[in-house]
Amino acid sequence: MTLELAARVPARDVEVELEVGAGETVALLGPNGAGKSTVLSVAAGLVVPDAGRVVLDGRVLTDAAPGARRRVQVPPHDRRTALLAQDASLFPHLDALDNVAFGPRSAGAGRRTARDAARRWLAAVGAEDLAHRRPRQLSGGQAQRVALARALAAEPALLLLDEPMAALDVGVTPALRQVLRRVLADRTVLLVTHDVLDAVLLADRVVVLDAGRVVEQGATGDVLARPRSDFAARVAGLNLVRGAWRDGALHSPDGLRIEGMAHGPALRDGDASVAVFEPQAVSVFLAEPGGSPRNALSVVVTELEPRGGQVRIRAGALAADVTPRAVADLDLAPGRRVVLAVKAHEVAVYGT
Amino acid sequence: MRRPAAAHVGVPRWLYLPALLGAGVVLLPLVALLLRTPWADFWGLVTSEASRDALGLSLRTATASTVVCVLLGTPMAVVLARTDFRGQGLLRALVLLPLVLPPVVGGIALLYTFGRRGLLGRTFEVLGVQVAFSTTAVVLAQVFVALPFLVVSLEGALRSAGQRYEVVAASLGARPTTVLRRVTLPLVLPGLVSGAVLAFARSLGEFGATLTFAGSLQGVTRTLPLEIYLRRETDADAAVALSLVLVAVAVLVVGLTRQAGRAR
Repeated sequence: MTLELAARVPARDVEVELEVGAGETVALLGPNGAGKSTVLSVAAGLVVPDAGRVVLDGRVLTDAAPGARRRVQVPPHDRRTALLAQDASLFPHLDALDNVAFGPRSAGAGRRTARDAARRWLAAVGAEDLAHRRPRQLSGGQAQRVALARALAAEPALLLLDEPMAALDVGVTPALRQVLRRVLADRTVLLVTHDVLDAVLLADRVVVLDAGRVVEQGATGDVLARPRSDFAARVAGLNLVRGAWRDGALHSPDGLRIEGMAHGPALRDGDASVAVFEPQAVSVFLAEPGGSPRNALSVVVTELEPRGGQVRIRAGALAADVTPRAVADLDLAPGRRVVLAVKAHEVAVYGT
Repeated sequence: MRRPAAAHVGVPRWLYLPALLGAGVVLLPLVALLLRTPWADFWGLVTSEASRDALGLSLRTATASTVVCVLLGTPMAVVLARTDFRGQGLLRALVLLPLVLPPVVGGIALLYTFGRRGLLGRTFEVLGVQVAFSTTAVVLAQVFVALPFLVVSLEGALRSAGQRYEVVAASLGARPTTVLRRVTLPLVLPGLVSGAVLAFARSLGEFGATLTFAGSLQGVTRTLPLEIYLRRETDADAAVALSLVLVAVAVLVVGLTRQAGRAR
């Protein structure tokens, strides 16, 4: 199932072209007001572009060439694109089960069949025990799970997620993210987010929007490792080290061992995981600092880059922010072997 | 436990005087009515044949007109609240005109629409139906004055409910009819109920348009307000007793709408 989308919406100064491959999750990253939600609305058929085309699995959903004689605009209910927004928007007059059963019922399934399907989808997101709760009896995280089940139950060809975790407490996002990882795996998904972690953990590819234009796109790892756009550079400032979890620490393929605080479900030995920490949390030493409970990563400096009042030291994919004074004192230069130290509690480890 | 008294920003003291005066204007006549009620004969007056005819007719016609209002007013409110077309503002203003129009003018207008020489009267005559001065005319007159109440109340409810849930429902594959039936209407049900109660109350109290368009024939078009007006000259006690019945119904209606408002 593939999506091809091209849209020009002058009223919101958006001019975008993008594709989502079959079974692929594409993260739409960008600052507020970049036009991310407009793109989703065009895909969902809620906004008609002045010019553009939306094609899903070869079916033309929108065709709005300027001056064209025949314009196509398939109404939202007939596009097979389910939308999950920031707030769950569960129908307040239906319980969780009937909320989830809404899609199957609308597709013509009988009440019993629809409810059976709804139960399966609730189980798929780990919310089967919430079936008979009313939306107002659910917490934000629970409601969002039910809303996710409801969107999946409609069996959309394309799932549109608009910052699905932005309105949730930080405490519940890791668990929901795990659920999303599981259910999004083989689906065609367009995910709007401003959280780089969502992109890292959920998306195969990222498309970066700024001021209504695509400024950068590519495989998630590539874009974040070598960001070319300002926005990507800003959000990609995070250090991301992928590896396997073993004996309470993450081990990267190039031999780094990083301890951190595990988020989400408990990690087991051998689980693929990613360690995330900020460059500001990293200190630079010439030799391994003794007697400290810190991660010590021995690396070779590849690049120095002034950044405001500080200097960003790059060592491969890793980055550390230090003062110009430290650069002088340590005589830092590309090619120099240094030790990057970061406290375990500054490092977040996620299962991937 | 007593709730702690809320601190208010001061209201000027002199304000209480006109406020009390206003309350007096509304409440004093009701008190006067109560004081003047012939309690000893009350039951007899209220259950006389003419009274029963009038009360029964009023309840039947008001119920019928409420049903018509719901069937016609709901689509009107949805169209006004959910669509956008040229001249919509003007159309809304015109449709709501009966709210401010003197009912007797409405009655005249209805007469020239459905009367024997009216716009549609000929058509009806050919079909062998005479609308004016029949019970149907009573219902039509009530619908004419009560419909705007339902439309205004429901359109407000629809607008404040917003379209958020409808968008979600459509994105889940629900056709417009399914959205209306399973999402829009259930969500504005309290607004619809209070609109219907208002329409019922307005229908029950309808006088001017009914008298002009339907006349005053016992058991056919003489509703309770008409009966009260006629009795006032011959049998003031009966008029007062029947008035009290209408007051009781009105109090009941206000209570019901408050209840519906609270359930929301």
